[in-house]
Amino acid sequence: MKRILIIGANSAIATACARQWTAQGASFFLVARNAEKLAQTAADLTARGAKAVDVLAMDATDFTAHAAMLASCVRVLSQIDVALIAHGTLPDQKSCEQSAAPAVEAFAVNATSTVALLTLLANQFERQGAGTLAVISSVAGDRGRPSNYVYGAAKAAVSTFCEGLRARLFKAGVHVMTIKPGFVDTPMTKGLKLPAALVATPEQIARRIVAGVERKTANLYTPAFWAPIMLIIRNIPGPLFKRLNL
Amino acid sequence: MSQPLRSWGRYPNLPQTGHTAHWRSELSAQVDAVFKAHGSTLPFGNGRSYGDSCLALSDHVVETRALDRFISADWEKGVLRAEAGVTLAEILRVSIPRGWFLSVTPGTQFATLGGAIANDVHGKNHHSRGTFGNHLRCFSLMRHGEGALTCSPGENNALFAATIGGLGLTGVIDWAEIQLMPIRSSRIDSIVTRFADLDEFFALSRELDHHHEYAVAWIDCLAKGTYAGRGVYIVGDHASDGGLNVDDRAKLDVPFTPRLSLINKASSRAFNEFYWRLQPATPTPRQVGYEPFFYPLDRILNWNRIYGRAGFQQYQCVIPDIAAEAAMRELLSVTAGAKSGSFLAVLKRCGAIASPGLLSFPLAGTSLALDFPQTAHLEHELFPRLDAIVRAAGGRLYPAKDAHMTGADFRNAYPAWEKVEALRDPALNSRFWKRVTG
Repeated sequence: MKRILIIGANSAIATACARQWTAQGASFFLVARNAEKLAQTAADLTARGAKAVDVLAMDATDFTAHAAMLASCVRVLSQIDVALIAHGTLPDQKSCEQSAAPAVEAFAVNATSTVALLTLLANQFERQGAGTLAVISSVAGDRGRPSNYVYGAAKAAVSTFCEGLRARLFKAGVHVMTIKPGFVDTPMTKGLKLPAALVATPEQIARRIVAGVERKTANLYTPAFWAPIMLIIRNIPGPLFKRLNL
Repeated sequence: MSQPLRSWGRYPNLPQTGHTAHWRSELSAQVDAVFKAHGSTLPFGNGRSYGDSCLALSDHVVETRALDRFISADWEKGVLRAEAGVTLAEILRVSIPRGWFLSVTPGTQFATLGGAIANDVHGKNHHSRGTFGNHLRCFSLMRHGEGALTCSPGENNALFAATIGGLGLTGVIDWAEIQLMPIRSSRIDSIVTRFADLDEFFALSRELDHHHEYAVAWIDCLAKGTYAGRGVYIVGDHASDGGLNVDDRAKLDVPFTPRLSLINKASSRAFNEFYWRLQPATPTPRQVGYEPFFYPLDRILNWNRIYGRAGFQQYQCVIPDIAAEAAMRELLSVTAGAKSGSFLAVLKRCGAIASPGLLSFPLAGTSLALDFPQTAHLEHELFPRLDAIVRAAGGRLYPAKDAHMTGADFRNAYPAWEKVEALRDPALNSRFWKRVTG
């Protein structure tokens, strides 16, 4: 029986993961910004047979609320077996180029809040001496592309932070998994023109995440075909990369 | 971002642009936005309607598939409330281990809850349980300018009746509450036997249907002469023991659509001969999983693609008991003589349980469903001849499967259509509705 904390529990990928963990009889502490949607997510998992579902509405960029959130979570679950960090937004690259404010905001949501949460969680997990921190980063963090480099840079920060944290917590028996999804059909990508053949469903992503948690995968590309694609993209030499319009 | 959506028969070929609502709170604004931008819209579930009843007049639909949350479940009483985009497969996955099954299921588990209501689907137990609408406790209907209305037999009952089988025209269902049926096992005790002709089918059906929860027949409509009317009769009941397990057979897939149909008269004839020979000549009991019993075609994802880019049409009619035997004989004889052969022909005797829905398809009589690869021949030669037989026998066609029936045939067979038209949501209209009432 797993005890699971999810930050960004209303996201489509988080919901799909939670449904699969529900089938294994998990208990949840769900955190998300929108309280009305959070109640619907909780009702869904309860009706599907989750052992227990507790919720807390919190904006991840409200850093002052993090400690109290974690305290309530620990009070309810006593030990956290898996923490899934799944919140995020996709900033509009064009407006990020025109002024600093949206770029800074995108960093606060996608990078800084995750760093702050992971710092708190790392200490909790270190004390526990067990558990998995599963963090949703992105393939976009592997390389800075002209079409999406603000989001990509925030996710690069998360990926690098997780890599360091993994090495630190490894000694304490805690695992850190960096999840790098490609294009996923979710509300976040609504309205984007994406190559249909490369777009995955949240359920496909979730199956890999749930299996990855069991296997203690370090870097999880999902769907799997992104691993070879990103291997190539990571190795395109800089002088050529800057000429590509990716 | 979503790919163009099509109806299951891929005919008529009118790709739809989908506009997804991810949360119930977004549904009303999404419908309004598409209505304002394109003049009309229509809710679209998982695309399992065959003809043009799931195609918006504007070709811009509101996709409900992301509304796939359960809302509440009472596993003591078997009452489930869920959002309209949940599929029947998703319901079974959760309900079976707790000892509950759908009271009525169609031949695919990939239909959505909203779609099952909008088409008032029925199944192999129509003679014992009626239609999906007979087990519907209530639902919430989002109507343009009116917001969400709860509809049940006791509340907004006119809209309740108009929406069951209402083809998605009376509003967008955002959630529904259904009564499930208790089971002790997920397995089905079935009895299978061949029959030589229609007389034998009707005799078997009269003798055995009412002893069993489920009954259906498959018929070889390519067989001629002494073999004409041969088929396989299948009954079934939920087993009394054997575990409550979700069937999870590996699914095959048709990964692309071939240019031409792989189904033709020769391949159908070979399949039918092979299948008939495989079945037992005398009544033989078998225990099978619920998936192979109810959903044999769901084993092959995207099976509709085998009909090629032109798609296919299903011809499904129901004939009242008094005229059924003679009309079935005529329908089969016309079909057997036609240029294009049907490879799947399903025969089912429907019962007398009345549906609460105004446009519900089944009536006390015999239903026949035939699949044909799409060619111009269907509408110009074969279907007019079949329609004439159905008309003369006082029968009717199934809107969920239809892409051809005349407006006059529809309006005669479904006189309550005017009540549905009066309650139609002004933001919603379909290609089908315009064709048969416009």
